[in-house]
Amino acid sequence: MTGAEEKFFEARKKVFPRKVDGTFRRLKWVIMAVTLTIYYVTPWLRWDRGPYAPDQAVLIDLANRRFYMFSIEIWPNEFYYVVGLLVMAAIGLFLVTSAVGRAWCGYACPQTVWTDLFVHVERLVEGDRNAQIRLDKAPWTAKKIGKRALKYAIWLYIAAATGGAWIWYFADAPTLFMDFIHGSAPFAAYAAVGILTFTTFTLGGFMREQVCIYMCPWPRIQGAMMDEKSLGVTYKYWRGEPRTHGLKRSHAQPLTDLANGEKVGDCIDCNACVAVCPTGIDIREGPQIGCITCGLCIDACDEIMEKVGREPKLIGYATAADEALIREGKPTVSAKKRLLRPRTLIYFLLWAGVGLGMLFVLGNRDRIGIDVLQTRNPIWVRLADGSIRNTYTVKIRNMEARPRTVEIRVDGIDGVLWNEAGSREQATRSVRLKVPADKVAKTQIFVAAPGNGPKRTDVTFTVRALDQDMASATDQSFFERPEANR
Amino acid sequence: MADNKRIDEPTGTQTVGHEWDGIEELDTPMPRWWLIIFYATVVFAIVYTILYPAWPMIDRATAGVLGWSSHGELEKKLAEQEAQRAPIMSALSTTPVEKLVASPQLMDTAVEGGRSAFKVYCVQCHGSGAAGSKGYPNLNDDDWLWGGDITAIQQTLMHGIRQPGDDQTRMSQMPAFGRDGLLSSSEIQDVVSYVRFASKQEPASESAQRGRAIFANNCAVCHGADAKGDRQFGAPNLTDAIWLYGGDRNTITDTVTNSRYGIMPAWGGRLDPVTIKMLAAYVHSLGGGEGLPTSDVGAEPEAAPAPDESAGNVIAE
Repeated sequence: MTGAEEKFFEARKKVFPRKVDGTFRRLKWVIMAVTLTIYYVTPWLRWDRGPYAPDQAVLIDLANRRFYMFSIEIWPNEFYYVVGLLVMAAIGLFLVTSAVGRAWCGYACPQTVWTDLFVHVERLVEGDRNAQIRLDKAPWTAKKIGKRALKYAIWLYIAAATGGAWIWYFADAPTLFMDFIHGSAPFAAYAAVGILTFTTFTLGGFMREQVCIYMCPWPRIQGAMMDEKSLGVTYKYWRGEPRTHGLKRSHAQPLTDLANGEKVGDCIDCNACVAVCPTGIDIREGPQIGCITCGLCIDACDEIMEKVGREPKLIGYATAADEALIREGKPTVSAKKRLLRPRTLIYFLLWAGVGLGMLFVLGNRDRIGIDVLQTRNPIWVRLADGSIRNTYTVKIRNMEARPRTVEIRVDGIDGVLWNEAGSREQATRSVRLKVPADKVAKTQIFVAAPGNGPKRTDVTFTVRALDQDMASATDQSFFERPEANR
Repeated sequence: MADNKRIDEPTGTQTVGHEWDGIEELDTPMPRWWLIIFYATVVFAIVYTILYPAWPMIDRATAGVLGWSSHGELEKKLAEQEAQRAPIMSALSTTPVEKLVASPQLMDTAVEGGRSAFKVYCVQCHGSGAAGSKGYPNLNDDDWLWGGDITAIQQTLMHGIRQPGDDQTRMSQMPAFGRDGLLSSSEIQDVVSYVRFASKQEPASESAQRGRAIFANNCAVCHGADAKGDRQFGAPNLTDAIWLYGGDRNTITDTVTNSRYGIMPAWGGRLDPVTIKMLAAYVHSLGGGEGLPTSDVGAEPEAAPAPDESAGNVIAE
């Protein structure tokens, strides 16, 4: 045993990111504004679908099992569109990761966006990095309690608004809003808001980088997705090392010998990159799981490099392949050439292929459907006149937002059909049925045919809408007779 | 081995003290929040085992201070279901069976309720698909001994067939022509020939010709002069393709010689009227159900929708 104290747990190292301005900070502001606007505004957009369907542009109607997105309506049996979207999301992430590394983590991930928002609130209330550190160490005076209470109150407000906005996607937003404030919304709505408020408050306010480092599987998968040609936020140690300490010595010519024969790099070891890092890492230690590639250290370092009169981008986006080229003294490859390589092109083609395929299917899909299930008990029924009757449970999907009268026909057998509302005496070659808007109608179809014939006959059921578009759909089934007649 | 714990220089983390071919494992401490959650789950488990049934004892588990049980939960759910169904069940009990068809919602409920009741009380004889077997009629077809409209079916269900002690039961008795010596065996063969001719199973023959006269004297009183049966006596139509016991020569001979005496329980005394109504609706829905007789037209108003414009049963999907 050594003298080291045994640590049973690791306390979170508090991170107090310093404020910074620059290209990437501004880019993050824009992305935050866009993503938050999309999140908060989308459920309030209206979209006219006529009297039989909701007029909310984006609506996940779990109770009625419908998903509306502008002019597209998805039924549960069309769930493969959702699968397609997920496949696109996955390939899209592969594409982005192989090209520009962990851009998702750094800019667009909700955890990043909300944490960023919470950090800014914190800065607004408690001041910048140094003030925050002081306040954290300060005893619990009234001033500290007041500041903390204000900060938590604003966080809680943002968290509740986040959780609140989530539920608007699942019901008519204006109606639910009124119900919600009157206390008459379903329990699930309050529970959802409560849970999401809690998670947003905790994950954005306290867990922050711990989510990325310990909880999220994506950083680890991305590590495997990246190769030597993927862009990553890189400290160019070949430029920066050896570091100097303090501005004075750094005024010497970079990378030249000092009087004592020591080489000097561009890095002045000012720790600006560490101070601004939202995950509290030192980028100069090289690529690491904690780096979400938000680019804030690039902004911080550029600011310093400008002040000391050095070339910017001591920390910048670079690839491992570039690094190797520079060390060999060769020119680096252009960013365009890095992006357009077989791997990214294949990802892009796959991504676009899935997307175009879905669009094509979406544009050509039928909004009517038929499912025929032959009754197997009994398979056939002999009727008094010696003919044979088969029974089928038929479901008609009317996926249009208008009621439709449809005609059901059976081909492949010389028989008549009727349903529970008709009778054999009035039976003809087809049955008509009214199907309400955007609903499935179920009916029993009886088919009677002469008793003499093959044991099994293939039949085709066709449903045709008797309205302007005359859409139709078919399903296959069998007509069965007893083995030996009589 | 465990004494070889040391601080790993590059990471500053203690090792677990094991070493395999020079490979050591770091004892990396867990994040504090992780431990807090772990302890919280332990506390949750302790609280849970106090509140709910948990610890196995000799013949049962500890009951838990909340008194919760899955049986109690089930009873609560059943009571909820019962309460939820109460309005439609009371509507079913007040609506006469012949009016059910006017309300698609009541009819659907009745058919579904009948479907499950059928599985309990009727399948033993009529089969799970109501297709029957020898001596037990197929309820899917369009041939009915005692009537196939929904009120006739309900009547049969209520009072049964040939049930002693029920004065409204379906009652009739076919003579055992051979066993009781009413007809000689050659006469019986002639009648059988005629019946098989009438049902187009055999060509005309001299035997059938003789049988026609015997039939007119002995059988037509119940089965009708044209052998098409009479529902008043539950006398089957002998000219159609459906045979309850069999239409081959041997079976018909046996039927004429020894008679048949099919029975069915009177369910009126065993099941509540709503269940019987539901069973009638279900049997009627199997495809062979008949419309109400014309004399009852007054009781069947706008009920029947135009056959070509009927709305299907809408299911939320």
